[in-house]
Amino acid sequence: MSFFIGSRTIPEVEYHRPKELAAALVLLRELKGGYKLIAGGTDLIPAIRRGALSPDFSHWVDLRSIKELDYIRQEDSLICIGAVTRLADIEASPIIRKDVPHLAEAVGQIGSLQIRSQGTIGGNLSNASPAADTAPPLLTLEAKILLKSIDRQRVVPLDQFFLGPGKTVLSVGEILAEIQIPIPRAEEKYCFLKLGRRNAFTLAIVSVATRLKIQNGVFQGVRIALGAVAPVPIRVPKAEGFLTGQRVGEPTITNGARIASDEVQPISDVRASAAYRKDMSYVLTRRAILSCMTPKPAQP
Amino acid sequence: MEVEPQETFLDVLKNRLKIKSVHRGCEEGECGACTVLLNGRPVCSCLILSPQVDGGEVLTLEGLNQNGEFHPLLTAFMENYAIQCGYCTPGMVMTAYYLLHHLTDFSDESIRKGLEGNLCRCTGYINILKAIKAAKKEKDSGCWW
Repeated sequence: MSFFIGSRTIPEVEYHRPKELAAALVLLRELKGGYKLIAGGTDLIPAIRRGALSPDFSHWVDLRSIKELDYIRQEDSLICIGAVTRLADIEASPIIRKDVPHLAEAVGQIGSLQIRSQGTIGGNLSNASPAADTAPPLLTLEAKILLKSIDRQRVVPLDQFFLGPGKTVLSVGEILAEIQIPIPRAEEKYCFLKLGRRNAFTLAIVSVATRLKIQNGVFQGVRIALGAVAPVPIRVPKAEGFLTGQRVGEPTITNGARIASDEVQPISDVRASAAYRKDMSYVLTRRAILSCMTPKPAQP
Repeated sequence: MEVEPQETFLDVLKNRLKIKSVHRGCEEGECGACTVLLNGRPVCSCLILSPQVDGGEVLTLEGLNQNGEFHPLLTAFMENYAIQCGYCTPGMVMTAYYLLHHLTDFSDESIRKGLEGNLCRCTGYINILKAIKAAKKEKDSGCWW
């Protein structure tokens, strides 16, 4: 029994816990929709409690026990992360910390220790919040998503995966199986910055991920992605195009950050106004680029 | 034990197993009052559907009070006045227990980051940090179990 007004109860529905991916995909086809995929439950259960998720499904399909979806591997030129991998494991992974440290940084700022011990990367992406913290770093890495159903599998670039707030291209019978990251070259620099209403356990008001190289004092391969400033997490190609090929210095960096803040399309919501988000897009982008220029100590 | 999927792990711990230490706070995974260690990891039991725990190992505060003897971490909390109303305490202690076994950096900043999922309205966290640092000293000098 729950004593809080407005705290909805968990709906009484059937529960399934497939142990293998193949069994799960067969089950999803049999159910023909009307199911909810769950793994960590760290987004789903609070949404049910708040009344943000209506209990219009009749089955839970729990993916947590599918061990074959829980991994972080290096395969040739790709880092592959299984969708059911816990956020805490991604944050701690030596592969992630070494090759794509801004992803580890972003994951470490999701929720709390408890949330990261249960929550999964597949869940963070499938939930498709415009503020999803794993998205900006993955967008700068030009990551791809592997979707699987009983009939087929397809690989979708992450920037085509999100359709809008809470909406993805995932269709009935499909699950997000794997995140594929082309391994970047060693001389690239990264940053992830997140602004929230408080220091810890906060949704992003604005988040920025940057990835770039500096060769002979010139910016190369600049990639910038922002969260919480558009219906989906986005890259800012105009700012990227402006900075790439320019000499490192001012006013280039400030101008590049300005262009990024012109590209974003934030809304005003309970957390911040659109104007504030635009301003902070400029501030965080500028700081992130500057941060990429200062040498950082190696991650332990 | 047979459980219904709509019972959360918290419901099972409190209602079925009558475990007193686990507290119902926000039921949204924000306050940490329901924190227990599941397979060695700190989790909010309010967010877990009970069938998901099948085959797992759980540690609650009761496990840190063996044969009437308090675990050194509990003693550190008591001696450093890290407990006022006590509502956050079980969750706080379980997270602290995890941190003492997993953190490499015991600065204030690092401990605070580890405690970000456990809210306390009474203490202002100051004495909780003191207690954890005191417990770390005990652990390092071998007074631990």
